[in-house]
Amino acid sequence: MTISLDHYLIVAALLFTVGGVGIFLNRRNVIVILMSIELMLLAVNINFVAFSLYLGDLVGQIFALFVLTVAAAESAIGLAILVVYFRNRGDIYVDDITMLKG
Amino acid sequence: MINVAALTFYILSGVLLTSAVMVVTSRNTVYAVLFLILAFFNASGLFVLAHAEFLAMILVVVYVGAVAVLFLFVVMMLNVELGSLRESMRRYSLIGGLVGGILGIELMGVVIAWNTSPEALDLTSAPLVNYNGMSNTQSLGNLLYTHYALIFQGAGLILLIAMIGAIVLTLRTREGVKKQKLGDQIGRQAKESVRLIDIPSGSGI
Repeated sequence: MTISLDHYLIVAALLFTVGGVGIFLNRRNVIVILMSIELMLLAVNINFVAFSLYLGDLVGQIFALFVLTVAAAESAIGLAILVVYFRNRGDIYVDDITMLKG
Repeated sequence: MINVAALTFYILSGVLLTSAVMVVTSRNTVYAVLFLILAFFNASGLFVLAHAEFLAMILVVVYVGAVAVLFLFVVMMLNVELGSLRESMRRYSLIGGLVGGILGIELMGVVIAWNTSPEALDLTSAPLVNYNGMSNTQSLGNLLYTHYALIFQGAGLILLIAMIGAIVLTLRTREGVKKQKLGDQIGRQAKESVRLIDIPSGSGI
């Protein structure tokens, strides 16, 4: 048996779902939420690469490269915001972030 | 008879999904980061299977080398107490499972109903057959530095802005800390640092 496009798509779909559920489960811990977002972006990248292979188009890999860039920038900024928030509050509970409204 | 490529695919994707679940459910955040690293390694293995060697190596370098280590630094720096994490997980497990189930079922429906339309193959803008005999890195570079050069510069700009933003956000000047100020030291004049006092003999200052 050979691995088809559907195999990759199913793995990516499951990974995306796990990432989405992770955002709901870890309401107290922003770090795990950021990691869940990374997992979802990874699932998107797997989709891009699989389509690039099976449709014979290199542009999918180019786009995956840009997704990777934006994901790295996003996690750096997210963690910086997290550090500043922790410095001000002493915890990183998501439920209390509404106090930022003032 | 199962072939080696299929077996490798199943092992890699199985470990990938298991470690993703462990990232989400792990009680200790440090373990979650370590499982994230494992997930990225297995994803890069999947990329190698899909003939995207350059992206696989970039995934290891950027994610395992930079992002995961950054996560690890922040986790260890913040020292978050995890007492009520389990309780929160139980509280949100119903809605999380509901949304996840709906999302999973919808995505599976898309995958099952998916088929490639014959016109889609006419839309390929950079067919892989044009790059026969080139390595994956070489062909990506050929495309990236010619057709997508402007967007590539834009990606660099995004990284620059992210770097400046992260530095501006986390930089702080603390009050009451004795710190060497080079400008003050160099700009110091003899006139304002040395004071000559004429003390009359027989009396103190």
